[in-house]
Amino acid sequence: MFENVPEYISTAADGLWITVGATVAGIAIAAVLSFVFGLAMLSRLKTVRVIARIYVEIWRGTSEVVQLYWVMFALPILLGYRLVPLLVGILVLGLNFGAYGAEIVRGAVQSVPRAQYEGTIALSMTPAQRMRRVILPQALVEMVPPFNNLFIQLLKGSALLTIIGVSELTHQGKEVLIPRNVSEAATIWTVILLFYLLLAILITMGMRWLERRAAALVGRQPTKRDSVFARFGGGKDPLPAEQSKGGLADLRRKGGE
Amino acid sequence: MIRFEDVGKSFGPVTVLDGLNFTVAPGEFVTLIGPSGSGKTTILRLVMTLEQVTSGVITVGGEYLSHMERGGRLVRADEKHQREVRKRIGMVFQQFNLFPNMKVMQNLTEAPVRVLGKSRAEAEERARELLDLVGLNDKVDAHPSQLSGGQQQRVAIARALAMQPDVLLLDEVTSALDPELVAGVLALLKDIARTTDITFLCVTHEMGFARDVSDRVMMFDGGKVIEDAAPDKLFSEPDHERTRSFLQAVLERG
Repeated sequence: MFENVPEYISTAADGLWITVGATVAGIAIAAVLSFVFGLAMLSRLKTVRVIARIYVEIWRGTSEVVQLYWVMFALPILLGYRLVPLLVGILVLGLNFGAYGAEIVRGAVQSVPRAQYEGTIALSMTPAQRMRRVILPQALVEMVPPFNNLFIQLLKGSALLTIIGVSELTHQGKEVLIPRNVSEAATIWTVILLFYLLLAILITMGMRWLERRAAALVGRQPTKRDSVFARFGGGKDPLPAEQSKGGLADLRRKGGE
Repeated sequence: MIRFEDVGKSFGPVTVLDGLNFTVAPGEFVTLIGPSGSGKTTILRLVMTLEQVTSGVITVGGEYLSHMERGGRLVRADEKHQREVRKRIGMVFQQFNLFPNMKVMQNLTEAPVRVLGKSRAEAEERARELLDLVGLNDKVDAHPSQLSGGQQQRVAIARALAMQPDVLLLDEVTSALDPELVAGVLALLKDIARTTDITFLCVTHEMGFARDVSDRVMMFDGGKVIEDAAPDKLFSEPDHERTRSFLQAVLERG
């Protein structure tokens, strides 16, 4: 049962690189669109807000499968020429997940306390300076975990590119390996599942790194994933420095906390 | 320096200020006292342009703040006009509002460099002087989250001063502090008020401080000034029964 596993892995790996490429490019497009339209939804100009809202509702509110078919087969009728399937796939992934990402960016920016915005006004900063120097750096911390989810969903969503003939990971299983070894479906699909799992773990690792960087940027202790259990287990939560009450003598103390 | 002419402010159906008139002279320290909800903080927020007037006109340093002149007519000020005028105004908030994504030094230099166009070296030199003044020169590289409330408020005061404001608004600046940290911050403010010609408009519940430092105290109730007098007069022999009962209540609580 397992003697063919090396062959399955190497055949699946041919599709793996296409999956990786489509996912990375899709994430890049989705991230850019998230920021552009997320911030546009917060614009002072109504027209800009309406355009951003229309983008989000269309790409979030329609089926990803139909979006793929539409760009693959309907758009060429309007446009007069066809895009290659991989490009269609990347575009649809980026546009579709960018719509969800825009909501993440909008929500994170709005979650920054109003007091921070008022602090920037008291210092006469321009709207662009407020956003770039104060609000966005703080919003970034809030964005990373939901973006982690989104990017993993995008990775898994890339399996849909099979239906327009992109020879990515799932396609390699369904169209190449299974027809050749139909009795070994269990092994083949397990190998493919494990490939997706591996990629998802890589994304999470990257996003955890980003999260630590973003938390350090705003001077926060990096959140520990196990802190909930530590609390139950009598583990010691570090007391935030601002809660230490050293009185006036505290003001004179040298060095950091 | 600050002039309110017939200023009204409503939030929806709730009228907070109604036909308010007062002026604050250059260099004067004026304290607003009164029960919560009497509109004191709203006045500061109007001067900082965090809120906009419903009616009436505010001028600061002889320039229109709430309005601007366009084609010989007085129209509501736009963001750009207000940004220019508010460069003369600074504010210290109850909750400090330091930027957690910047170290102490950058909190102090960010706006002088980007808004006032100072060189980084000049801004940093000034920031060090101010941190000396507030007694925190060893916290240059700290993050705000590493500081106590009192320390954060001192940094916030230094940050406001770094903009060289003509007017400084103090919004209950010690209300969020632990009791033992209050005295230090108040002493610092007293020092600054004595040694600079900044015009102060201050909302506080610290009556001892108000009496010590103010040139004038205004008692507010229901969105109106009901008494406006020198601190000795107002605290010792107020004309109005409402002032007397308010001071009584504050003293008993304190």
